[in-house]
Amino acid sequence: MNTSAGRNTKCEISFTVNGEKKRVLVHPMERLLDVLRHELELTGTKEGCGEGECGSCSVLLDSMLVNSCLVPVAQANGASIITIEGISTRDLVKPLQEAFLECGGAQCGICTPGMILAAVHLLEKTSAPALADIREGLSGNLCRCTGYMQIFEAVASAARRRVAK
Amino acid sequence: MRADPADYKLVSPGNLQAVLSLLSSELSQWLPIAGGTDVMVLYSAGKLPNRNLINIWDIPELRQIEVFPDSIRIGAASTYTALREHEIVSKEFPLLATAASWTGGVANQNRGTLGGNIANASPAADSLPALLVYDADLTLVSVRGERQVPYRSFHTGYKKTVMASDELIRDISLPRRFSGYPSHARKVGARNAQAISKVCFAALSQCAHGIVLDVRLALGSVAPVPLRLHETERVLTGQKIDTSLIDAARNCVMKEIHPIDDIRSTARYRAAVAGNLVAAFLGKLAAAESDA
Repeated sequence: MNTSAGRNTKCEISFTVNGEKKRVLVHPMERLLDVLRHELELTGTKEGCGEGECGSCSVLLDSMLVNSCLVPVAQANGASIITIEGISTRDLVKPLQEAFLECGGAQCGICTPGMILAAVHLLEKTSAPALADIREGLSGNLCRCTGYMQIFEAVASAARRRVAK
Repeated sequence: MRADPADYKLVSPGNLQAVLSLLSSELSQWLPIAGGTDVMVLYSAGKLPNRNLINIWDIPELRQIEVFPDSIRIGAASTYTALREHEIVSKEFPLLATAASWTGGVANQNRGTLGGNIANASPAADSLPALLVYDADLTLVSVRGERQVPYRSFHTGYKKTVMASDELIRDISLPRRFSGYPSHARKVGARNAQAISKVCFAALSQCAHGIVLDVRLALGSVAPVPLRLHETERVLTGQKIDTSLIDAARNCVMKEIHPIDDIRSTARYRAAVAGNLVAAFLGKLAAAESDA
């Protein structure tokens, strides 16, 4: 095996980020998380554990919720990516933001972008989620402040508001 | 120390033949990567020995789930989400759909794949006991051709498999003959979500008038490989379920497994839980039979 630290060449990756076409020159194994934060300066996506356990780095990759710390950027070539910065255009987000504020769903804020993306992903799949659906939909997102109840209540409240509309 | 991406190659051949050519051209040099839920964790920690990776996430034939009259063929890069959402998988192979729901949270289920779970060969993998009880067959492919390997003979030891270095798992085939079997699945971990199992259990059975006609039991995290409990199945088959049979089965399970102490649990705890899981399953069967 080639153990010498071979300096491999960068490659061009094109994708759509929050509706805008982007091209970056990067190493293919760079984590999507790092490319978003360092190349595109989209620092709303957070790094927590860096090993797919905590969900702080959640983004939508072709409408699928993923941990961007576990996605090599070359696998996002040609994809459409939505980060927390781009989510605000969705109808769902205003009621979610309001519910997070009212219920105390955000404290230190590190998990919040991931929580919002996981909640949007859930509410787009399930219009009237039961508490069990909410717990499962957010089970990959860890929060060390709230104890989760306020977050679950915020998502339930946003879902009710949407149904009421 | 964290990995430097400049030290790694990742190529995307885009079709299966090109992937296989690359795998055979420089043996043991290339590591396939699908959803990255195992590979990227090692990579980020600077612990991935391979410097050259092949992207197999975008190979369409690895993502198909095909239904035939007698079997279902699951492309190896099918995700846990795809398994959970598939009508036939959830209806006829509930042990597999349930195991998929245990594996990580939504984001990891959207990326983690069944073939990756098999190739990673962890004895703690939740989906593997289900494959044992459903009599899965694997199709391994290489430039040399393809071969069918019964899943029961795939693992040869802790993290060791029969796969050659130029081979890739193409699909997992399950016969559709167990749909009438009541099934039972249970995971015991520190938490329900995101926790790797201390012990996981999959069972299929068929009973009539309180007698066990056929039973298929498998456990994860109790041996170097996912384990089918053939001895315990023999103890049960043809017998009437009563407390003495349940005790005999519990004793047999505890003799048949080889658990270890590790960061998640102890051998003693695992043995007790394994025995309890089988006993609880038999108790449930006995209750269902007396209601029937």
